[in-house]
Amino acid sequence: MKEVINLPVKNVEEEEYHINMGPQHPSTHGVLRLVVSLQGEIVKSLKPHCGYIHRGIEKMCEKDTYPQIIHLTDRMDYLSAHINNHAVCLLVEKALEVEVPERVKYIRTIIDELNRIASHQLWWCSFGMDMGGLTCYFYGLRDREKILDIFEESFGSRLLHSSYTPGGLMMDIHPDFQKNVKAFIKYFRKKIRDYDDLLTGNMIMQMRTKGVGLLSKEDAISYGVTGPSGRASGFSCDVRKHHPYGVYDKVDFREILGTKGDTFERYMMRMNEMHESMRIIEQLIDNIPAGDYSAKMKAVLKLPAGEYYQRVEASRGELGVYCISDGNKTPYRMKFRSPNFSNLSALDHISRGVKIADLVAIGGSLDYVIPDIDR
Amino acid sequence: MNFSIYDFTSFNQWIDKFLNDNLPAFWAVAVEMVIIGVAILLFYALVGLFLVYAERKVCAFMQNRVGPNRVGPYGFFQTIADFIKLMLKELIYIKNADQLLFNLAPFIVIIASFMAIAAIPFAKGLHAIDFDIGVLYVIAVSSLGVVGILLAGWSSNNKYSLIGAMRSGAQIVSYELSVGLSLITIIILAGTMQFSEIVEGQRDGWFIFKGHIPAFIAFIIFLISSTAETNRGPFDLAEAESELTAGFHTEYSGIKFAFFFLAEYMNMFIVASIAATVFLGGWMPFHVGSWAGFNHVMDFIPPFVWYIGKTFFVIWVMMWFKWTFPRLRIDQLLTLEWKYLLPINLVNILIMAFIVLMGWHF
Repeated sequence: MKEVINLPVKNVEEEEYHINMGPQHPSTHGVLRLVVSLQGEIVKSLKPHCGYIHRGIEKMCEKDTYPQIIHLTDRMDYLSAHINNHAVCLLVEKALEVEVPERVKYIRTIIDELNRIASHQLWWCSFGMDMGGLTCYFYGLRDREKILDIFEESFGSRLLHSSYTPGGLMMDIHPDFQKNVKAFIKYFRKKIRDYDDLLTGNMIMQMRTKGVGLLSKEDAISYGVTGPSGRASGFSCDVRKHHPYGVYDKVDFREILGTKGDTFERYMMRMNEMHESMRIIEQLIDNIPAGDYSAKMKAVLKLPAGEYYQRVEASRGELGVYCISDGNKTPYRMKFRSPNFSNLSALDHISRGVKIADLVAIGGSLDYVIPDIDR
Repeated sequence: MNFSIYDFTSFNQWIDKFLNDNLPAFWAVAVEMVIIGVAILLFYALVGLFLVYAERKVCAFMQNRVGPNRVGPYGFFQTIADFIKLMLKELIYIKNADQLLFNLAPFIVIIASFMAIAAIPFAKGLHAIDFDIGVLYVIAVSSLGVVGILLAGWSSNNKYSLIGAMRSGAQIVSYELSVGLSLITIIILAGTMQFSEIVEGQRDGWFIFKGHIPAFIAFIIFLISSTAETNRGPFDLAEAESELTAGFHTEYSGIKFAFFFLAEYMNMFIVASIAATVFLGGWMPFHVGSWAGFNHVMDFIPPFVWYIGKTFFVIWVMMWFKWTFPRLRIDQLLTLEWKYLLPINLVNILIMAFIVLMGWHF
């Protein structure tokens, strides 16, 4: 008797195939590798593979003194370098119970906000590019240059200047600092309207982002999506409001919350945050008190034995620094809770069932910086 | 013997007569073919190179950059330098690719655009072939290019290329309809499909002005759908560099890539030429009804200049929206065509037919 073999019948329509987005791909903003499972053009699931730019920063911290660690934090999320520095500085100051001068607090807050604007400008550039509008890139970079010029003038370098030290600043601000910042804000208020004309108001852009890539508030909380991406889902997570540091408790600013949590809201969050940051800077820039630019610190910093945690609102979300000290000049263990890692973890959940083009837009709206994911 | 830059007919006849006097009839035709072939080839290469330069400059100015400015005056020879670089580059051999189709694809794309350029009238008496079904011929030939794109995507054995080709297939097949229908609107008005007669018919007013609102709507639809047909932004889904790295030509290198690149720009030129010829009067100068003096001044500008001016205006418009708009998604692209452009187009044709029947056009 002839044996009947039942071959599994494969439905071609339901067959999935995989593509590797990255580690070398224009829209992953670095060396992130996404293995995307596709059915036609529809994303079924995706797996992020991290580690292509892992440098062992946390391990390196164990060999470095606290002032040296600050230089490493720059290299995590290089676009919000100062805010990362700020986290470590605050941690060390909290552990040593040092009271930093008011002037330092003001300057740090202003610089953090300038850095946030610069970071969001670059995000806007790359988001526009992900959507296929290349012109955005050059508009954003043009305006970002102005901020970098201000940084360069005061601290000598543009991107990673590590000018924060435990207890204060490495050097005082340039005499023209206030004048230039005010000029920049006047300039950028005008230019941000161009951004809206070019991309926000564009019909194609709105069609592609509204209702796409929904992230509910519950999911945002359970995945730990913070920063503008989390707030777009209605998750009130602004560290500046809930655990104020610097002089954020003295300034008036809104924590903008979204409701829908789609790509467009995540986009609008950052656009609005740029306005809010400008408001914060405007309130502070004329009131910088006179005084020292640094508190008196010992030559060798030794944190008392114990556990310390400090969080700040980096431009992409909540950055947490956890440190165990055994009383030496180097930490026993240093752990960073980087916002991008948590934000990336939600990508698979958000992008199931969308098209490839939407996946790129969602990736742009989550605004991940790969060195921060891998550390 | 009087040559004039306003009318090339006598010049052509002079060449034809000269060759026929000195050569047997067969050889005379053969030489003419070679001359036209070389002339078109040269024109093709030069326009292609110039368009690449123009696009770089236009996009540079839109993005507040300077653009190429190192090679030659105003960077004019930049594209030539690039072309030499592309010619010298290695042609990468792809394992597991269908070698025959892989090598064939760029040629199909470039031949399709090459054939289309033959039917375009550049000035009075300056066109290779004047078909009586010129419009139909151009539509037919220019849609051949999609075969090359599909082959390129299929044969390179790359998923990105395949997705790009899939998109491109869906896109071009759909937008072909709109291109055809919007041209039919004008053909109804012109009453002919021959390019020379279409241009002649616009002696006392371009069709975009003659045909009331339907002609204007047809022009807009033609602009949108022809941009989509040439795979240019915001409809560059087949390439979509932020999604598919480079889409259908991801695996191509060197001169084969240059062919795709050149064909894209030439397709844009062809589409702009058709827009200029059918809607904006081709090489016909701008005339206003009874203003004899004004019309006389306009006539002094040579037809070739009029033609190039109009074509480059349309090209500039296409570059303008490429560099301002973000890219559409594939489903939105098809929605735009099947749910909006196609019904509008069909109604537009009916209105145009009605206007022509009642004799309401100018």
